[in-house]
This record gives sequence, C-alpha cells and structure tokens, in this order.
Amino acid sequence: MPTPTDTAAAPIIEFRDVEKRFGDNVVLKDLDFHVNRGERVTLIGPSGSGKTTILRLVMTLEEATDGLILIDGDPLTHRIVDGKRVRLSNREIKRTRTRIGMVFQQFNLFPNMTVIQNITESPIHVLGQSKAEATRRAKDLLHQVGLDDKADAHPSSLSGGQQQRVAIARALAMDPEILLLDEVTSALDPEIVGEVLGILRRIAETTDITMLIVTHEMQFARDVSDRVLMFDGGSIVEDADPDTMFTAPSHERTRKFLKAVLGEGQIGTR
Amino acid sequence: MQEQTEIWDWEMFFRALPPVLEGFLTVTLLVTVLGTVIAAALGLVWAMLIRLAPQPVSGIVKWFVAFIRMTPIVVQLLFAYYAFLMFDAMTIGIVVFGIHYSTYMSEVYRAGIDAVPKGQWEATTALSMSTRRTWAAVVIPQALRATVPALGNYAISMFKDTPFLLVIGVVEMVNAAQIFGGNNFRYVEAITLAGIIFLLASYPTSVLIRRMEKRLAYAN
Repeated sequence: MPTPTDTAAAPIIEFRDVEKRFGDNVVLKDLDFHVNRGERVTLIGPSGSGKTTILRLVMTLEEATDGLILIDGDPLTHRIVDGKRVRLSNREIKRTRTRIGMVFQQFNLFPNMTVIQNITESPIHVLGQSKAEATRRAKDLLHQVGLDDKADAHPSSLSGGQQQRVAIARALAMDPEILLLDEVTSALDPEIVGEVLGILRRIAETTDITMLIVTHEMQFARDVSDRVLMFDGGSIVEDADPDTMFTAPSHERTRKFLKAVLGEGQIGTR
Repeated sequence: MQEQTEIWDWEMFFRALPPVLEGFLTVTLLVTVLGTVIAAALGLVWAMLIRLAPQPVSGIVKWFVAFIRMTPIVVQLLFAYYAFLMFDAMTIGIVVFGIHYSTYMSEVYRAGIDAVPKGQWEATTALSMSTRRTWAAVVIPQALRATVPALGNYAISMFKDTPFLLVIGVVEMVNAAQIFGGNNFRYVEAITLAGIIFLLASYPTSVLIRRMEKRLAYAN
C-alpha cells in the first residue's frame, strides 16, 4: 500500500522485475531500475540489447510480459491485484501516457499535416487547449528549434534534421514530464546531427524534464546524462555516472563495447 | 431496297442522339454518380467495421462483403427488384450498384489503411491521440491518398456496368439505343453512339482521376 509519503518519494520511472519476450525471444529479463524525477539517463549497449524496447515499454507501444512498470508510483499498464498481474483499463493507461513524450528515430511526422498542425494536434484535442493558445505555444517552440519560418510547410519539404526538430517541438508541446529519445540522430546525415543534439542539450539545460535516452552519440551521452546504463542481452551490465562509465568502466563488457564504438584508446580521452 | 443494306446511315445516327443522350443523362450518369458516392462511403464503413468492430460484427461484415463480391450484379439487381417491390427500379438500381461496388472499395480502403506506416500509428500513441482523432486526422487522410486511383477506376467500372440495369427494366443509355434500333430497324448507329458516349465520358474521368492523384500525392 503506497502511502502519500511513498508516492512523493517514488522515482518517476520504476521497472520491477520486468520481462519482455516476443514469442520465445526474451528481450528483457528481470529488469530492475529506476529513474528519478529530473534525471537524464542514457542507455547504451550493443544493438539488440533491449534499449529501445525499454523506451517502447515506457511509451506503452509495447507491454511487458511480466513484472511492473510504475510512473511516479502509479502502475503504467499492469498492476498486481490479489497476487495476480492485471492489465489496467485503456482509459487508465491513456491518463498516464499523456505525461510521457517520445521522439523517434524516423521522426514520424504526419505527412498530411503542416508543421504547425503536427505540433498543435494533441495540445488541442488531448489537452483541450484553444487553437490560439496551442498555436502561440507551437510558434514559440518552433522558434526554440530554429524553424520560425516553417510553420506552414509540409514535412515532405523539410530536411531530415528539420523534420526531427519539428518532432522534438511536437513532443515538447505536450509538456511531458518524461521525454524519451530513441536514437534521434541515427537517421540523420552526419553534418546535421550536431544541430539536433545542440537543441536537445539546450532543452536539457533549460528544463527539468526527465529524459530517458538511447543514443550512439557517446559525447552527447556524456554531456547531458546524470547516469548511464550499459545493457547487454536484456540486462544491465553497469550503472554509473557518465565520467566513470566513459573513463573507468568497471566491467570488461562495457570496456569492450566502448572500445568498439569510440575506437581503440579513446576511452577517457574525450 | 439498296438503302436497307447500307452499313452506316448518318441520319439515323443523329436521330438516335436525343433518346440515347437522354438515357445517358437521366439514368447512366445519375446511377454512376450516386452509386459511386454510396460505394465510396459504405466501402469505408465496411473497412472500418472489419478492422475496429468487436468479433461477431466484424465477422458478419467480412462474410457479407465476400458474399456480395462473389455473386453477379445481375443476380443482385433481380433479387432486390423482386424482393423489395416497394421501391422503384431506379432506386433499386442505384442502391444495388452502390452496395455491390462498396465491397470492392472496402478492399481498396483496407489496403490503403494497411499501407499507413507503423511509425504513424506509434506517433499517434506517443501523442496520446484518441482513436477517433487517430483515424480522422491521420489514418483516413493518408489511406485516402493511396486509394483515389483505385476508387476512380471502380467508378469507371460501375459506369460501364450500368447496361445491366436493363434486366430490371430501367431504360439507361444502351437500353434506349436498343429501343431506338427496334423502332427504326437500325441498330448499328444507335449502339455505336452509346459506345462513343461511354468513351467520351470515361476518358475525361480517368484524366481527372490522374490529376487528383497527383494533387493528393505529396512530394516524397
């Protein structure tokens, strides 16, 4: 039974013995970890280690096959009733979902809407903002991502980097408490990666949104993270602050992974 | 009696014009336009029921759609004509054409809905969009873009199927041409005229569809 004090102290994201399997393929097993409010946590590890699945579970794009996920102490998709794991109603799930936002690798902007429509759609229809209010906020966000002049453009006329900046503005327009960033620069040309990361750095500096990040940009991870989790084979191998993780990892598996992504002799030098 | 063995008679051709054109305007065109509107609307209803309705309903709709598609439209026209005597033949014709083609269009819509990328659905979830907004603002607009050409082609097919209306006694263009031929003992001119009108109406329609298709497509 959670008491009010428990809830106040609860981490904003908590995984309890979470398992996710697709058929016989176990992607995550007995996963336990938590993220505190305002914390920026980056998940690193080889592809197939389950990092993206974790974000997808938090966004409710997938549901865990066992265990519990709590958001601010409240169950996300399942709760335990009389020792049994029971799915929440869609309505209850939706209520928690509005507190979470996600930016995707492939942007996933709606091509049939203009930039401003993409951004104001959910503030108007989900949060109940007036069109004028939502538009004002959207323009402000577009200014923050440096796309003031693109409000009435269609996504197809934008470059990948611009589309991703719109996607970031779209997620922020919902005022999420938790922002999930799923390899947001992986689909971008190398010279454009910087502009997107710059915007995310600024968001990290100027807001207190909790961020859960999956990225291959190790320098970015090091700069914005409070904590880095190293994954392999569906479990956490190492949990450390970024300086420790990138300069003096304690596990051989982490060292091997970092060596592979950063190159020989790079650990600790950048 | 040299005149009767002549293959082509221009005078007959022009005399056939008023009745044939009347059949075209008052029946063929009307049935096609109203039938297409019904088919396009009902087709979307079937596709959404099959996809969204709970099991007994979606199963029944699926079965109904398959059944209509696997029986000839002539049989459906005759069945509806004799089963629903309270309606006039013209109404029966419009509704039967609409329902018959709606089953084909539902398949087109289904394909269009399936073609909406997974990422689009995921974005609607990430933005907490309601089921209603997901369909109305994202899925249907994107699915429609992919379906316009196929819907247009079915409209043209329906147009060309309208002569079947003669089985329930509706005097559409081809039937009017035949009646004219019977009255004057000259069939070739009137039937040719009907064929030309079919061609003249189908061709601009197909051009129009292609243009709409282009307008709806966003540069990729």
